[in-house]
Amino acid sequence: MNKPYPDAPVFDEDETMSRDELTFEQINGLRRVVCNAKNVEFYREKLRDLEPEDIKKPDDLWRLPFTTKEDLRQNYPLKMLAVGRDKISRVHGSSGTTGKPTIVAYTENDVDTWANLCARFLFAGGLRSSHFAHIAFGLGMFTGGFGLHFGINRVGAAIVPAAAGNTRRQVMLLKDLAADALICTPSYALTIAETMREEGIAPDDLPLSLGFFGGEIWTEEMRARIEKELGVFATNNYGLSELIGPGVAGECRYRCGMHIQEDHFLVECLNPQTLKPVKIGEEGELVFTALTKEAMPIIRYRTRDIAALNYAPCECGRTGARMSRVRGRTDDMLIIRGVNVYPSQIEEAMLRVSGAVSPHYLIEVDRPKQLDVVTLKVELTPENFSDRMDEMQTLRDRIAREVQVSAQIGVNVELLAPQSLERAAGKAVRVLDKRNLNH
Amino acid sequence: MKIHQLSLFLENKPGHLGNAVKLLAENNLNIATLSLADTEQFGILRLIMPEWEQARQLLAGAGFVVKVTEVVAIEVSDRPGGLNDILRVIGATGLNIEYMYAFSKRRGEAAILLLRFSDPDAALAALRAGGGIKLVTAAEMFG
Ligand SMILES: [Zn+2]
Repeated sequence: MNKPYPDAPVFDEDETMSRDELTFEQINGLRRVVCNAKNVEFYREKLRDLEPEDIKKPDDLWRLPFTTKEDLRQNYPLKMLAVGRDKISRVHGSSGTTGKPTIVAYTENDVDTWANLCARFLFAGGLRSSHFAHIAFGLGMFTGGFGLHFGINRVGAAIVPAAAGNTRRQVMLLKDLAADALICTPSYALTIAETMREEGIAPDDLPLSLGFFGGEIWTEEMRARIEKELGVFATNNYGLSELIGPGVAGECRYRCGMHIQEDHFLVECLNPQTLKPVKIGEEGELVFTALTKEAMPIIRYRTRDIAALNYAPCECGRTGARMSRVRGRTDDMLIIRGVNVYPSQIEEAMLRVSGAVSPHYLIEVDRPKQLDVVTLKVELTPENFSDRMDEMQTLRDRIAREVQVSAQIGVNVELLAPQSLERAAGKAVRVLDKRNLNH
Repeated sequence: MKIHQLSLFLENKPGHLGNAVKLLAENNLNIATLSLADTEQFGILRLIMPEWEQARQLLAGAGFVVKVTEVVAIEVSDRPGGLNDILRVIGATGLNIEYMYAFSKRRGEAAILLLRFSDPDAALAALRAGGGIKLVTAAEMFG
Protein backbone atom coordinates (compact mmCIF):
# COMPACT_ATOMS: atom_id res chain seq x y z
CA MET A 1 0.00 0.00 0.00
CA ASN A 2 1.60 3.30 -1.04
CA LYS A 3 0.59 6.50 0.69
CA PRO A 4 0.99 9.39 -1.69
CA TYR A 5 1.57 12.18 0.84
CA PRO A 6 4.11 14.63 -0.42
CA ASP A 7 4.35 18.40 -0.18
CA ALA A 8 1.63 20.61 1.19
CA PRO A 9 0.18 19.62 4.56
CA VAL A 10 -3.32 21.01 4.03
CA PHE A 11 -5.52 22.02 1.12
CA ASP A 12 -6.68 25.26 2.68
CA GLU A 13 -4.83 27.39 5.25
CA ASP A 14 -8.01 27.89 7.24
CA GLU A 15 -7.78 24.27 8.32
CA THR A 16 -4.88 25.15 10.62
CA MET A 17 -6.13 28.38 12.18
CA SER A 18 -5.53 28.59 15.93
CA ARG A 19 -8.32 27.67 18.33
CA ASP A 20 -8.56 31.34 19.33
CA GLU A 21 -9.03 32.43 15.73
CA LEU A 22 -11.54 29.64 15.32
CA THR A 23 -13.55 30.86 18.33
CA PHE A 24 -13.54 34.37 16.90
CA GLU A 25 -14.74 33.05 13.53
CA GLN A 26 -17.43 31.01 15.23
CA ILE A 27 -18.81 33.96 17.20
CA ASN A 28 -18.92 36.01 14.00
CA GLY A 29 -20.53 33.07 12.27
CA LEU A 30 -23.20 32.72 14.94
CA ARG A 31 -24.07 36.40 14.63
CA ARG A 32 -24.41 35.95 10.89
CA VAL A 33 -26.61 32.89 11.41
CA VAL A 34 -28.94 34.70 13.82
CA CYS A 35 -29.24 37.54 11.34
CA ASN A 36 -29.89 35.27 8.35
CA ALA A 37 -32.24 32.93 10.20
CA LYS A 38 -34.60 35.80 10.93
CA ASN A 39 -35.51 35.58 7.23
CA VAL A 40 -37.03 32.15 7.89
CA GLU A 41 -40.47 32.03 9.42
CA PHE A 42 -39.64 28.90 11.41
CA TYR A 43 -36.76 30.66 13.20
CA ARG A 44 -38.17 34.20 13.35
CA GLU A 45 -40.44 33.58 16.32
CA LYS A 46 -37.83 31.46 18.13
CA LEU A 47 -35.23 34.21 17.75
CA ARG A 48 -37.56 37.10 18.63
CA ASP A 49 -35.63 38.12 21.74
CA LEU A 50 -32.17 37.60 20.35
CA GLU A 51 -30.17 40.04 18.24
CA PRO A 52 -26.90 39.18 16.49
CA GLU A 53 -24.92 41.46 18.81
CA ASP A 54 -26.22 39.51 21.85
CA ILE A 55 -23.85 36.73 20.84
CA LYS A 56 -20.62 37.57 22.65
CA LYS A 57 -19.06 34.27 23.63
CA PRO A 58 -19.29 30.66 22.44
CA ASP A 59 -21.65 29.73 25.31
CA ASP A 60 -24.26 32.13 23.96
CA LEU A 61 -24.98 29.36 21.48
CA TRP A 62 -27.06 27.79 24.25
CA ARG A 63 -29.61 30.55 23.84
CA LEU A 64 -30.40 29.34 20.33
CA PRO A 65 -33.21 26.87 19.57
CA PHE A 66 -32.73 23.29 18.36
CA THR A 67 -33.79 22.08 14.93
CA THR A 68 -34.91 18.52 14.28
CA LYS A 69 -35.47 16.40 11.22
CA GLU A 70 -39.19 16.67 11.92
CA ASP A 71 -38.96 20.50 11.76
CA LEU A 72 -37.43 20.19 8.30
CA ARG A 73 -40.09 17.73 7.23
CA GLN A 74 -42.84 20.08 8.32
CA ASN A 75 -41.26 22.85 6.31
CA TYR A 76 -41.15 20.78 3.14
CA PRO A 77 -40.20 21.65 0.50
CA LEU A 78 -38.66 25.13 0.66
CA LYS A 79 -40.14 26.93 3.68
CA MET A 80 -36.71 27.10 5.34
CA LEU A 81 -35.29 29.31 2.59
CA ALA A 82 -33.65 32.52 3.81
CA VAL A 83 -33.15 33.89 0.31
CA GLY A 84 -35.35 34.34 -2.75
CA ARG A 85 -35.78 31.55 -5.29
CA ASP A 86 -33.74 33.54 -7.78
CA LYS A 87 -30.66 33.17 -5.55
CA ILE A 88 -30.85 29.36 -5.47
CA SER A 89 -28.23 27.56 -7.47
CA ARG A 90 -29.05 23.92 -6.62
CA VAL A 91 -31.39 21.73 -4.58
CA HIS A 92 -30.81 18.29 -3.10
CA GLY A 93 -32.88 15.95 -0.99
CA SER A 94 -32.24 13.52 1.79
CA SER A 95 -33.30 9.95 1.27
CA GLY A 96 -36.77 9.78 2.74
CA THR A 97 -37.09 6.23 4.00
CA THR A 98 -40.36 7.23 5.65
CA GLY A 99 -42.69 9.63 3.86
CA LYS A 100 -41.47 12.75 2.11
CA PRO A 101 -37.79 13.57 1.77
CA THR A 102 -36.35 16.78 3.15
CA ILE A 103 -35.22 19.28 0.55
CA VAL A 104 -32.09 21.35 0.99
CA ALA A 105 -31.06 24.31 -1.16
CA TYR A 106 -27.77 26.04 -1.99
CA THR A 107 -26.81 29.47 -3.25
CA GLU A 108 -23.88 29.78 -5.60
CA ASN A 109 -21.67 30.61 -2.61
CA ASP A 110 -22.96 27.54 -0.74
CA VAL A 111 -22.06 25.32 -3.70
CA ASP A 112 -18.62 26.87 -3.78
CA THR A 113 -18.10 26.41 -0.03
CA TRP A 114 -19.22 22.81 -0.32
CA ALA A 115 -16.73 22.01 -3.08
CA ASN A 116 -13.98 23.46 -0.91
CA LEU A 117 -15.02 21.43 2.14
CA CYS A 118 -15.02 18.20 0.12
CA ALA A 119 -11.67 19.10 -1.45
CA ARG A 120 -10.22 19.58 2.05
CA PHE A 121 -11.03 16.08 3.27
CA LEU A 122 -10.16 14.44 -0.05
CA PHE A 123 -6.76 16.14 0.11
CA ALA A 124 -6.38 15.17 3.78
CA GLY A 125 -6.95 11.54 2.82
CA GLY A 126 -4.29 11.68 0.08
CA LEU A 127 -6.03 12.79 -3.14
CA ARG A 128 -3.83 14.90 -5.43
CA SER A 129 -4.36 16.62 -8.78
CA SER A 130 -2.47 13.90 -10.68
CA HIS A 131 -4.95 11.21 -9.57
CA PHE A 132 -7.94 9.55 -11.21
CA ALA A 133 -10.85 9.34 -8.79
CA HIS A 134 -13.54 6.75 -9.45
CA ILE A 135 -16.78 7.81 -7.85
CA ALA A 136 -19.49 5.20 -7.43
CA PHE A 137 -22.27 7.58 -6.41
CA GLY A 138 -24.93 8.67 -8.86
CA LEU A 139 -25.51 12.35 -9.58
CA GLY A 140 -28.98 12.53 -8.11
CA MET A 141 -30.92 14.24 -5.35
CA PHE A 142 -28.64 12.50 -2.84
CA THR A 143 -25.81 14.87 -1.86
CA GLY A 144 -23.02 12.28 -2.09
CA GLY A 145 -22.60 12.33 -5.85
CA PHE A 146 -22.50 16.06 -6.57
CA GLY A 147 -20.61 16.90 -3.38
CA LEU A 148 -17.70 14.58 -4.08
CA HIS A 149 -17.83 15.33 -7.80
CA PHE A 150 -17.10 19.02 -7.25
CA GLY A 151 -14.67 18.20 -4.44
CA ILE A 152 -12.53 16.08 -6.78
CA ASN A 153 -12.78 18.83 -9.34
CA ARG A 154 -11.55 21.39 -6.79
CA VAL A 155 -8.55 19.23 -5.92
CA GLY A 156 -7.84 19.08 -9.64
CA ALA A 157 -7.97 15.31 -9.98
CA ALA A 158 -9.70 13.51 -12.86
CA ILE A 159 -13.29 12.45 -12.20
CA VAL A 160 -14.48 9.01 -13.28
CA PRO A 161 -18.24 9.37 -12.72
CA ALA A 162 -19.03 5.66 -12.67
CA ALA A 163 -22.31 6.23 -10.78
CA ALA A 164 -24.08 3.48 -8.88
CA GLY A 165 -24.75 -0.11 -9.89
CA ASN A 166 -23.41 -2.63 -12.42
CA THR A 167 -20.51 -3.69 -10.26
CA ARG A 168 -18.79 -5.78 -12.94
CA ARG A 169 -18.60 -2.75 -15.17
CA GLN A 170 -17.25 -0.72 -12.24
CA VAL A 171 -14.49 -3.28 -11.71
CA MET A 172 -13.65 -3.17 -15.40
CA LEU A 173 -13.41 0.64 -15.32
CA LEU A 174 -11.30 0.62 -12.15
CA LYS A 175 -8.86 -1.69 -13.86
CA ASP A 176 -8.83 -0.25 -17.37
CA LEU A 177 -8.69 3.40 -16.33
CA ALA A 178 -6.22 2.60 -13.55
CA ALA A 179 -8.02 4.72 -10.97
CA ASP A 180 -6.00 5.82 -7.94
CA ALA A 181 -8.91 6.53 -5.64
CA LEU A 182 -12.28 4.90 -5.02
CA ILE A 183 -15.15 6.88 -3.51
CA CYS A 184 -18.28 5.07 -2.35
CA THR A 185 -20.03 3.66 0.72
CA PRO A 186 -18.02 1.12 2.74
CA SER A 187 -20.56 -1.61 2.03
CA TYR A 188 -20.30 -0.97 -1.70
CA ALA A 189 -16.51 -1.18 -1.44
CA LEU A 190 -16.97 -4.73 -0.12
CA THR A 191 -19.35 -5.53 -2.97
CA ILE A 192 -16.69 -4.37 -5.43
CA ALA A 193 -14.11 -6.55 -3.65
CA GLU A 194 -16.44 -9.54 -3.90
CA THR A 195 -16.97 -8.99 -7.62
CA MET A 196 -13.21 -8.72 -8.08
CA ARG A 197 -12.80 -12.13 -6.47
CA GLU A 198 -15.45 -13.59 -8.76
CA GLU A 199 -13.69 -12.13 -11.77
CA GLY A 200 -10.34 -13.43 -10.57
CA ILE A 201 -8.86 -9.95 -10.11
CA ALA A 202 -6.35 -9.63 -7.26
CA PRO A 203 -5.87 -6.37 -5.29
CA ASP A 204 -2.44 -6.02 -6.89
CA ASP A 205 -3.98 -6.05 -10.36
CA LEU A 206 -5.49 -2.62 -9.63
CA PRO A 207 -3.32 0.45 -9.06
CA LEU A 208 -5.95 1.70 -6.59
CA SER A 209 -4.25 3.18 -3.52
CA LEU A 210 -6.85 5.38 -1.81
CA GLY A 211 -10.39 4.86 -0.60
CA PHE A 212 -12.82 7.50 0.70
CA PHE A 213 -15.77 5.97 2.43
CA GLY A 214 -18.78 7.42 4.18
CA GLY A 215 -22.54 7.67 4.13
CA GLU A 216 -23.20 4.85 6.57
CA ILE A 217 -22.09 3.47 9.92
CA TRP A 218 -19.12 1.12 9.59
CA THR A 219 -16.44 -0.42 11.80
CA GLU A 220 -12.66 -0.76 12.06
CA GLU A 221 -13.04 -4.45 11.16
CA MET A 222 -14.70 -3.40 7.91
CA ARG A 223 -11.89 -0.92 7.25
CA ALA A 224 -9.28 -3.67 7.70
CA ARG A 225 -11.17 -5.92 5.30
CA ILE A 226 -11.58 -3.21 2.66
CA GLU A 227 -7.91 -2.27 2.87
CA LYS A 228 -6.82 -5.87 2.48
CA GLU A 229 -9.24 -6.77 -0.29
CA LEU A 230 -8.84 -3.59 -2.36
CA GLY A 231 -5.27 -2.65 -1.45
CA VAL A 232 -6.20 0.90 -0.46
CA PHE A 233 -5.52 3.35 2.35
CA ALA A 234 -9.09 3.91 3.54
CA THR A 235 -10.36 7.06 5.22
CA ASN A 236 -13.71 7.79 6.77
CA ASN A 237 -15.75 10.90 6.09
CA TYR A 238 -18.94 12.30 7.50
CA GLY A 239 -21.71 14.57 6.35
CA LEU A 240 -25.42 15.17 6.41
CA SER A 241 -27.52 16.66 3.65
CA GLU A 242 -29.30 18.85 6.24
CA LEU A 243 -25.97 20.52 6.99
CA ILE A 244 -24.50 20.52 3.48
CA GLY A 245 -23.78 16.91 2.46
CA PRO A 246 -20.38 15.19 2.62
CA GLY A 247 -17.67 17.55 3.86
CA VAL A 248 -18.72 18.12 7.46
CA ALA A 249 -15.81 16.02 8.74
CA GLY A 250 -13.14 13.70 7.40
CA GLU A 251 -10.04 11.82 8.46
CA CYS A 252 -6.48 12.94 7.85
CA ARG A 253 -3.58 10.52 7.24
CA TYR A 254 -3.31 9.81 10.98
CA ARG A 255 -6.86 8.45 11.05
CA CYS A 256 -7.56 9.11 14.70
CA GLY A 257 -11.03 10.55 14.29
CA MET A 258 -12.55 12.80 11.62
CA HIS A 259 -11.57 16.48 11.69
CA ILE A 260 -14.73 18.54 11.91
CA GLN A 261 -14.58 21.59 9.64
CA GLU A 262 -15.27 23.84 12.58
CA ASP A 263 -14.86 27.10 10.72
CA HIS A 264 -18.10 26.13 8.93
CA PHE A 265 -19.87 23.89 11.43
CA LEU A 266 -20.12 24.56 15.13
CA VAL A 267 -20.36 21.26 16.94
CA GLU A 268 -21.85 20.26 20.29
CA CYS A 269 -21.89 16.83 21.87
CA LEU A 270 -24.95 16.54 24.09
CA ASN A 271 -26.67 14.02 26.27
CA PRO A 272 -29.72 13.21 24.11
CA GLN A 273 -32.03 13.15 27.15
CA THR A 274 -30.96 16.22 29.09
CA LEU A 275 -29.58 18.13 26.06
CA LYS A 276 -26.68 19.22 28.28
CA PRO A 277 -23.09 18.82 27.06
CA VAL A 278 -21.43 15.53 27.94
CA LYS A 279 -17.91 15.57 29.38
CA ILE A 280 -15.30 16.03 26.65
CA GLY A 281 -14.42 12.65 25.24
CA GLU A 282 -17.69 11.00 26.22
CA GLU A 283 -20.20 9.81 23.68
CA GLY A 284 -23.23 11.97 23.00
CA GLU A 285 -25.49 13.19 20.24
CA LEU A 286 -23.76 15.49 17.78
CA VAL A 287 -25.55 18.79 17.23
CA PHE A 288 -24.34 21.14 14.49
CA THR A 289 -24.90 24.77 13.58
CA ALA A 290 -23.95 25.71 10.01
CA LEU A 291 -22.03 28.98 10.25
CA THR A 292 -21.68 29.93 6.62
CA LYS A 293 -24.72 28.60 4.79
CA GLU A 294 -26.76 31.22 2.98
CA ALA A 295 -29.73 29.51 1.36
CA MET A 296 -30.91 27.48 4.34
CA PRO A 297 -29.54 28.46 7.70
CA ILE A 298 -29.60 25.61 10.16
CA ILE A 299 -29.25 26.09 13.89
CA ARG A 300 -28.34 23.41 16.42
CA TYR A 301 -29.42 20.56 14.19
CA ARG A 302 -29.89 17.36 16.15
CA THR A 303 -28.20 14.72 14.01
CA ARG A 304 -29.26 11.75 16.21
CA ASP A 305 -25.75 10.42 15.52
CA ILE A 306 -23.84 9.27 18.59
CA ALA A 307 -20.10 9.96 18.65
CA ALA A 308 -17.40 11.43 20.90
CA LEU A 309 -15.26 14.54 20.36
CA ASN A 310 -11.51 14.89 20.79
CA TYR A 311 -9.96 18.37 21.03
CA ALA A 312 -6.34 17.24 21.44
CA PRO A 313 -4.02 18.66 18.76
CA CYS A 314 -3.46 16.36 15.77
CA GLU A 315 -0.05 15.68 14.29
CA CYS A 316 -1.27 16.73 10.85
CA GLY A 317 -1.62 20.34 11.98
CA ARG A 318 -5.35 20.66 11.40
CA THR A 319 -6.97 22.34 14.38
CA GLY A 320 -10.54 21.15 13.91
CA ALA A 321 -11.79 18.86 16.69
CA ARG A 322 -12.01 15.22 15.74
CA MET A 323 -15.18 13.17 16.00
CA SER A 324 -15.08 9.43 16.56
CA ARG A 325 -16.83 7.03 14.25
CA VAL A 326 -20.59 7.25 14.60
CA ARG A 327 -21.31 4.63 17.21
CA GLY A 328 -25.05 4.46 16.63
CA ARG A 329 -28.20 6.49 16.30
CA THR A 330 -30.24 7.91 19.15
CA ASP A 331 -33.30 6.37 17.49
CA ASP A 332 -31.87 2.91 18.10
CA MET A 333 -30.28 3.65 21.44
CA LEU A 334 -31.70 2.03 24.53
CA ILE A 335 -30.85 3.14 28.01
CA ILE A 336 -30.93 0.10 30.24
CA ARG A 337 -30.25 0.58 33.93
CA GLY A 338 -28.36 3.72 32.95
CA VAL A 339 -26.18 2.01 30.34
CA ASN A 340 -26.45 3.03 26.68
CA VAL A 341 -27.04 0.00 24.51
CA TYR A 342 -27.19 -0.20 20.71
CA PRO A 343 -28.63 -3.08 18.72
CA SER A 344 -25.29 -3.28 16.90
CA GLN A 345 -23.65 -4.44 20.13
CA ILE A 346 -26.17 -7.25 20.49
CA GLU A 347 -25.51 -8.18 16.88
CA GLU A 348 -21.76 -8.35 17.47
CA ALA A 349 -22.33 -10.68 20.40
CA MET A 350 -24.59 -12.93 18.40
CA LEU A 351 -22.07 -13.15 15.57
CA ARG A 352 -19.48 -14.40 18.03
CA VAL A 353 -21.80 -17.20 19.13
CA SER A 354 -23.20 -18.09 15.74
CA GLY A 355 -20.41 -17.48 13.28
CA ALA A 356 -21.44 -16.45 9.80
CA VAL A 357 -24.85 -14.85 10.15
CA SER A 358 -26.60 -13.26 13.06
CA PRO A 359 -29.88 -14.99 13.81
CA HIS A 360 -33.04 -12.91 14.01
CA TYR A 361 -33.57 -11.40 17.40
CA LEU A 362 -35.70 -8.95 19.34
CA ILE A 363 -34.63 -6.97 22.36
CA GLU A 364 -37.54 -6.57 24.72
CA VAL A 365 -37.19 -4.13 27.58
CA ASP A 366 -39.63 -3.93 30.43
CA ARG A 367 -39.72 -2.52 33.92
CA PRO A 368 -41.94 -4.83 35.97
CA LYS A 369 -40.86 -3.23 39.27
CA GLN A 370 -38.10 -0.69 39.75
CA LEU A 371 -35.51 -2.27 37.53
CA ASP A 372 -35.24 -2.65 33.76
CA VAL A 373 -35.45 -6.24 32.63
CA VAL A 374 -34.13 -7.16 29.20
CA THR A 375 -35.25 -10.24 27.36
CA LEU A 376 -33.33 -11.12 24.26
CA LYS A 377 -35.47 -13.31 22.04
CA VAL A 378 -33.37 -15.26 19.58
CA GLU A 379 -34.68 -17.42 16.80
CA LEU A 380 -33.02 -20.79 16.73
CA THR A 381 -31.27 -21.86 13.54
CA PRO A 382 -30.93 -25.51 12.45
CA GLU A 383 -27.16 -25.15 12.97
CA ASN A 384 -27.64 -24.05 16.56
CA PHE A 385 -30.11 -26.75 17.53
CA SER A 386 -28.96 -29.69 19.59
CA ASP A 387 -31.29 -32.36 20.86
CA ARG A 388 -29.46 -32.37 24.18
CA MET A 389 -30.98 -30.18 26.82
CA ASP A 390 -27.62 -29.37 28.41
CA GLU A 391 -26.21 -28.10 25.10
CA MET A 392 -29.25 -25.91 24.56
CA GLN A 393 -28.80 -24.42 28.02
CA THR A 394 -25.14 -23.82 27.17
CA LEU A 395 -26.11 -22.01 23.97
CA ARG A 396 -28.45 -19.80 25.95
CA ASP A 397 -25.78 -19.03 28.53
CA ARG A 398 -23.20 -18.28 25.85
CA ILE A 399 -25.46 -15.73 24.16
CA ALA A 400 -26.10 -14.04 27.51
CA ARG A 401 -22.39 -14.01 28.32
CA GLU A 402 -21.37 -12.51 24.96
CA VAL A 403 -24.02 -9.80 25.29
CA GLN A 404 -22.65 -9.03 28.73
CA VAL A 405 -19.20 -8.61 27.17
CA SER A 406 -20.38 -6.45 24.24
CA ALA A 407 -23.03 -4.31 25.85
CA GLN A 408 -22.33 -4.60 29.56
CA ILE A 409 -25.86 -5.59 30.43
CA GLY A 410 -27.38 -8.76 31.75
CA VAL A 411 -30.15 -10.24 29.61
CA ASN A 412 -32.51 -13.18 29.84
CA VAL A 413 -32.16 -15.15 26.66
CA GLU A 414 -35.23 -16.85 25.23
CA LEU A 415 -34.82 -19.27 22.37
CA LEU A 416 -37.61 -19.16 19.83
CA ALA A 417 -38.66 -21.33 16.93
CA PRO A 418 -37.52 -20.03 13.51
CA GLN A 419 -39.75 -17.49 11.80
CA SER A 420 -41.56 -16.68 15.02
CA LEU A 421 -40.43 -13.05 15.19
CA GLU A 422 -42.31 -10.58 13.05
CA ARG A 423 -40.57 -9.31 9.95
CA ALA A 424 -41.50 -5.80 8.93
CA ALA A 425 -41.16 -4.95 5.26
CA GLY A 426 -37.58 -3.97 4.56
CA LYS A 427 -36.37 -3.39 8.07
CA ALA A 428 -36.28 -5.90 10.89
CA VAL A 429 -37.81 -4.80 14.19
CA ARG A 430 -35.00 -5.12 16.71
CA VAL A 431 -36.31 -3.39 19.78
CA LEU A 432 -39.56 -3.52 21.72
CA ASP A 433 -39.51 -1.10 24.62
CA LYS A 434 -42.48 -1.81 26.85
CA ARG A 435 -41.38 0.53 29.62
CA ASN A 436 -43.32 3.52 28.37
CA LEU A 437 -46.54 1.58 28.15
CA ASN A 438 -46.57 0.82 31.85
CA HIS A 439 -46.28 4.37 33.18
CA MET B 1 -30.34 -51.81 17.57
CA LYS B 2 -30.07 -48.33 16.15
CA ILE B 3 -33.38 -46.58 15.68
CA HIS B 4 -33.86 -43.20 13.98
CA GLN B 5 -35.24 -40.54 16.23
CA LEU B 6 -36.57 -37.10 15.29
CA SER B 7 -35.83 -34.25 17.68
CA LEU B 8 -37.90 -31.09 17.44
CA PHE B 9 -37.37 -27.73 19.04
CA LEU B 10 -40.57 -26.43 20.65
CA GLU B 11 -41.31 -23.15 22.29
CA ASN B 12 -43.05 -23.81 25.56
CA LYS B 13 -46.27 -22.16 24.49
CA PRO B 14 -49.76 -23.60 24.41
CA GLY B 15 -50.43 -25.37 21.16
CA HIS B 16 -46.88 -25.85 19.96
CA LEU B 17 -46.67 -29.53 20.89
CA GLY B 18 -50.21 -30.07 19.63
CA ASN B 19 -49.42 -28.48 16.26
CA ALA B 20 -46.57 -30.88 15.56
CA VAL B 21 -48.54 -33.96 16.60
CA LYS B 22 -51.62 -32.84 14.68
CA LEU B 23 -49.61 -32.30 11.50
CA LEU B 24 -48.29 -35.86 11.69
CA ALA B 25 -51.73 -37.31 12.40
CA GLU B 26 -53.28 -35.45 9.47
CA ASN B 27 -50.71 -37.06 7.21
CA ASN B 28 -51.30 -40.55 8.66
CA LEU B 29 -47.84 -40.82 10.11
CA ASN B 30 -47.78 -43.00 13.20
CA ILE B 31 -45.86 -42.12 16.29
CA ALA B 32 -44.54 -45.24 18.05
CA THR B 33 -43.55 -43.21 21.07
CA LEU B 34 -42.56 -39.73 22.08
CA SER B 35 -40.79 -38.05 24.92
CA LEU B 36 -40.70 -34.40 25.85
CA ALA B 37 -37.84 -32.77 27.69
CA ASP B 38 -38.72 -29.26 28.65
CA THR B 39 -37.71 -26.21 30.60
CA GLU B 40 -39.86 -23.28 31.57
CA GLN B 41 -39.22 -21.66 28.23
CA PHE B 42 -38.55 -24.29 25.57
CA GLY B 43 -38.68 -28.00 25.03
CA ILE B 44 -37.21 -30.76 22.91
CA LEU B 45 -39.70 -33.25 21.55
CA ARG B 46 -38.29 -36.64 20.60
CA LEU B 47 -40.26 -38.87 18.28
CA ILE B 48 -39.84 -42.49 17.28
CA MET B 49 -41.68 -43.18 14.03
CA PRO B 50 -41.53 -45.88 11.36
CA GLU B 51 -41.82 -43.28 8.59
CA TRP B 52 -39.34 -40.89 10.16
CA GLU B 53 -37.93 -39.63 6.85
CA GLN B 54 -41.33 -38.51 5.56
CA ALA B 55 -42.10 -37.00 8.94
CA ARG B 56 -38.83 -35.08 8.93
CA GLN B 57 -39.56 -33.53 5.56
CA LEU B 58 -43.07 -32.65 6.56
CA LEU B 59 -42.04 -31.02 9.84
CA ALA B 60 -39.10 -29.16 8.33
CA GLY B 61 -41.38 -27.93 5.56
CA ALA B 62 -43.77 -26.60 8.19
CA GLY B 63 -40.97 -24.54 9.71
CA PHE B 64 -39.91 -26.74 12.61
CA VAL B 65 -36.27 -27.17 13.49
CA VAL B 66 -35.82 -30.95 13.19
CA LYS B 67 -32.78 -33.05 13.81
CA VAL B 68 -32.35 -36.78 13.09
CA THR B 69 -30.39 -38.72 15.68
CA GLU B 70 -29.88 -42.40 16.34
CA VAL B 71 -30.84 -44.11 19.57
CA VAL B 72 -30.23 -47.64 20.74
CA ALA B 73 -33.26 -49.79 21.61
CA ILE B 74 -32.98 -52.47 24.31
CA GLU B 75 -35.64 -54.82 25.64
CA VAL B 76 -36.14 -54.73 29.37
CA SER B 77 -36.95 -58.23 30.59
CA ASP B 78 -40.18 -58.58 32.50
CA ARG B 79 -38.78 -59.54 35.89
CA PRO B 80 -37.69 -57.72 39.03
CA GLY B 81 -34.33 -56.00 38.55
CA GLY B 82 -34.53 -56.15 34.73
CA LEU B 83 -33.71 -52.47 34.29
CA ASN B 84 -31.02 -52.58 36.93
CA ASP B 85 -29.25 -55.42 35.08
CA ILE B 86 -29.13 -53.38 31.89
CA LEU B 87 -27.79 -50.30 33.59
CA ARG B 88 -25.16 -52.38 35.32
CA VAL B 89 -23.92 -53.76 31.98
CA ILE B 90 -23.84 -50.28 30.46
CA GLY B 91 -22.07 -48.95 33.52
CA ALA B 92 -19.40 -51.62 33.13
CA THR B 93 -18.71 -50.56 29.53
CA GLY B 94 -17.95 -47.02 30.65
CA LEU B 95 -20.39 -45.58 28.06
CA ASN B 96 -22.00 -42.26 28.86
CA ILE B 97 -25.78 -42.10 28.46
CA GLU B 98 -26.87 -38.68 27.23
CA TYR B 99 -30.50 -39.42 27.97
CA MET B 100 -32.95 -42.30 27.93
CA TYR B 101 -36.65 -43.05 28.03
CA ALA B 102 -38.80 -46.17 28.04
CA PHE B 103 -42.06 -47.31 26.54
CA SER B 104 -44.01 -50.49 25.98
CA LYS B 105 -45.75 -51.31 22.73
CA ARG B 106 -48.73 -53.08 24.27
CA ARG B 107 -50.05 -53.62 27.73
CA GLY B 108 -48.33 -56.55 29.40
CA GLU B 109 -45.44 -56.70 26.93
CA ALA B 110 -41.82 -56.12 27.81
CA ALA B 111 -40.77 -52.49 27.93
CA ILE B 112 -38.30 -51.06 25.44
CA LEU B 113 -35.60 -48.72 26.65
CA LEU B 114 -34.35 -46.06 24.22
CA LEU B 115 -30.89 -44.73 24.94
CA ARG B 116 -28.96 -41.92 23.37
CA PHE B 117 -25.18 -42.29 23.31
CA SER B 118 -22.77 -39.78 21.80
CA ASP B 119 -21.39 -42.58 19.60
CA PRO B 120 -24.19 -45.09 18.92
CA ASP B 121 -21.96 -47.49 16.91
CA ALA B 122 -19.35 -47.75 19.64
CA ALA B 123 -22.16 -48.20 22.16
CA LEU B 124 -23.70 -51.05 20.13
CA ALA B 125 -20.38 -52.85 19.84
CA ALA B 126 -19.75 -52.49 23.56
CA LEU B 127 -23.25 -53.68 24.47
CA ARG B 128 -22.94 -56.74 22.21
CA ALA B 129 -19.61 -57.58 23.77
CA GLY B 130 -21.02 -57.04 27.26
CA GLY B 131 -23.57 -59.82 26.77
CA GLY B 132 -26.92 -60.41 28.43
CA ILE B 133 -28.59 -57.54 26.62
CA LYS B 134 -31.37 -57.99 24.09
CA LEU B 135 -31.16 -55.35 21.39
CA VAL B 136 -34.37 -54.46 19.54
CA THR B 137 -34.32 -53.89 15.76
CA ALA B 138 -36.45 -51.36 13.91
CA ALA B 139 -38.43 -54.22 12.37
CA GLU B 140 -39.22 -55.67 15.80
CA MET B 141 -39.98 -52.30 17.19
CA PHE B 142 -42.51 -51.24 14.56
CA GLY B 143 -43.71 -54.75 13.71
ZN1 LIG C 1 -5.19 15.21 11.67
